[in-house]
Amino acid sequence: MRVGVFICHCGSNIAGTIDVARVAAEMRKVPGVAFATNYMYTCSEPGQEEIKQAIKREGLNRIVVAACSPRMHELTFRRTIEKAGLNRYFLEMANIREHISWVGLDKEANTNKAIDVVKMAAAKVMQDKPLFSQSFKVNKRVLVIGGGVAGMQSALDCADGGLDVLLVEKSPSVGGMMSRLDKTFPTIDCSICILGPKMVDVAQHDKITLHAYSEIDDIKGYVGNYQIKIRKKATYVDWTKCTGCGLCMEKCPSKNSYDHFNFGVAPTRAINIPFPQAIPKKAKIDPEYCRQFVKGKCGVCAKVCPTGAINYEMQDEIITEDVGAIVVASGYGLMDVAKLPEYGGGRYPDVITGIQYERLLNASGPTEGHILRPSDKTEPKTIVFVSCAGSRDKSCGVPYCSNFCCMYIAKQAILTKDHIPDSQSFVFYMDIRSPGKGYDEFTRRAQEDYGAKYVRGRVSRIYPKGKKMVVMGADTLLGTKVEVEADLVVLANAVTAAPGAAQLAEKLHISYDTFGFYVESHPKLRPVETNTAGVYLAGAAQGPKDIPASVGQGSAAAAKVLALFSKDMLESDPAVAKVNENTCVGCLKCKMTCPFGAVKEKELRGGKIVANVIETVCAGCGVCTSTCPCGAIQLSHFTDNQLLAEVNTLCQK
Amino acid sequence: MSEIAPKELRIVGFLCNWCSYGGADTAGVSRFRQPTDLRVIRVPCSGRVDPLFIVKSLLNGADGVLVSGCHPRDCHYTDGNFYARRRLEMLKRLLPFLGIDEKRFHYTWISASEGARWQKTVTDFTTQVHKLGPLHSTTEAQIGS
Repeated sequence: MRVGVFICHCGSNIAGTIDVARVAAEMRKVPGVAFATNYMYTCSEPGQEEIKQAIKREGLNRIVVAACSPRMHELTFRRTIEKAGLNRYFLEMANIREHISWVGLDKEANTNKAIDVVKMAAAKVMQDKPLFSQSFKVNKRVLVIGGGVAGMQSALDCADGGLDVLLVEKSPSVGGMMSRLDKTFPTIDCSICILGPKMVDVAQHDKITLHAYSEIDDIKGYVGNYQIKIRKKATYVDWTKCTGCGLCMEKCPSKNSYDHFNFGVAPTRAINIPFPQAIPKKAKIDPEYCRQFVKGKCGVCAKVCPTGAINYEMQDEIITEDVGAIVVASGYGLMDVAKLPEYGGGRYPDVITGIQYERLLNASGPTEGHILRPSDKTEPKTIVFVSCAGSRDKSCGVPYCSNFCCMYIAKQAILTKDHIPDSQSFVFYMDIRSPGKGYDEFTRRAQEDYGAKYVRGRVSRIYPKGKKMVVMGADTLLGTKVEVEADLVVLANAVTAAPGAAQLAEKLHISYDTFGFYVESHPKLRPVETNTAGVYLAGAAQGPKDIPASVGQGSAAAAKVLALFSKDMLESDPAVAKVNENTCVGCLKCKMTCPFGAVKEKELRGGKIVANVIETVCAGCGVCTSTCPCGAIQLSHFTDNQLLAEVNTLCQK
Repeated sequence: MSEIAPKELRIVGFLCNWCSYGGADTAGVSRFRQPTDLRVIRVPCSGRVDPLFIVKSLLNGADGVLVSGCHPRDCHYTDGNFYARRRLEMLKRLLPFLGIDEKRFHYTWISASEGARWQKTVTDFTTQVHKLGPLHSTTEAQIGS
């Protein structure tokens, strides 16, 4: 056994608070270590060359790299030693940067800890066995979850690349939040005019199968071979018969149903097509409001439907599909303004949210593009926009910036002036955050050309006074109190994770942060990948994002899927469980605990029953290994002996 | 036995690769200061942690053991951490029978984004073990020696 140890300085990141030379010197005393050195940047090309040469020069057959987290560079160094002719699993990394040099300032204590950790890695590497991958076939179909602009872009790019795409959208139509917008910043493009064609493309593309009003019930499998259960929720309308004529909607007597698409700005009918450009353009019954469901009698829609599409007995339908990769573009949610009682959102009709205002501006919205106060349907003249309503406010549980509110407020202030030329907009802001292309110019235009008055400071309270809403705030630049009597108040309420985001993450086995947004593999270098192979992220599911960023990420995720599917066979991770058939007693406790069903029974010659692991199905968690009463099933690369070698190095009396 | 600095105790941390190891990395990237007593052993899943590893650590020289995995229901391997929870809860109750104060062992759930939570967990657990003092100078765990 000839172990080589390479201790990285990482510039001053490690060498600043760890005596790397002493660590190397200590390692030279360890039996089995043939070579130990410290190097400025081990991950650099000359650094990797140094490892390769040392392997040849010193005849090394096991390598320890003490540097950053293995989650960062394990693959890099595995490839390095492979190029030098070693099996890639003869590498161990000791994490002396994230876990030591960056969290402790005491050089002496850090150095001692580093010596321990590198010794543990050396003990482990001496136990390591060569492992070899197996190849398995890839199912080249992709599932896209979420039919917003990010999901649609991803689906279209994948489909144009020749892949079969399943697009699953929770609501009755694709389009997502973007389909609700009137115009988009900073170009004042009509939102639906640029989105509509994409929606039609999605519906008409022969490579895309669209499942609208459907949810993901269950996901099983692994990269290249996922089994998906999709729940097609009951619409109570047979969509194969529905032509989208809208007659049912016209005649429906339940006129005060909540309009999910318009965020309740105006009521809708219990049977409805969410909006004129909806794709698919099919009606759906909301059983919460439908008289047939609530009172048990009505049936008007069934009577008027010219194609007989109404079916009150419809049940959810579960369909199963096989795919090889998944793009998650499940979007975002919005903070309930009732969480901001001082602003009176939800209590006073003339305090509305940004997305509701967007519906008022929209020509196909409930007011046909005329800005009318919800309370008395009059045209407001003084409009106050409150930015950071909940965002960047720890007390609301949203310490982060919601990303696009500054811009949409500027857009709405501009559009307001266009709609009502004698109006005056006030914008209360904390900071104007407009770093995108053409964004800063746009916010300045709102102030200079459209006369929106920007007041820097938070709003403390909003209350009604006669027909007006009084907005009390501060101008922190002037150091004065400000009071505006407004006709309408628009709150830019905080962006949150989509409802149900956590449950979806649990099905996908991807992680999410404290706020419910999905976590990417690496914030800078792997922004659309997750730590689960074959699952990619797009759009605001990962964090608040505007349209350009969402579209960009949707395309990026598609590129990742296409790259993954450019191979017919994938290599499996060989760090999977293995059974020693001589010591296995056939109790099959491992089979019972395996979360993936990777353990099967096997009968040997002579009738002895043993456990058998299907390598490509095993995900390598090791639950079986710590279950096995006789240590017969061992997770490769994390065997009992390998982990105990580390324990023993650290804890020996 | 390897070196430790004066005033330091020996604490072993078993961290799952997906959540808690990532959480410890996040704490590092964010430069959240921590006591240096804890040394980390990376395991694929908290479900891989055999309770005997913990017993062996404590009987053979560790003053405390921390196990951390993904939050329940958020396991990279579907439900490895549920197995971990059941086993580790059993172990916690078993430790006094081995003559070891159960406060020397702690298990917790930390996600990859919770650097601050990792910092607090390490700091609190280290303080707790320091309050108990070194395991092997006391009468605890004499059964095992």
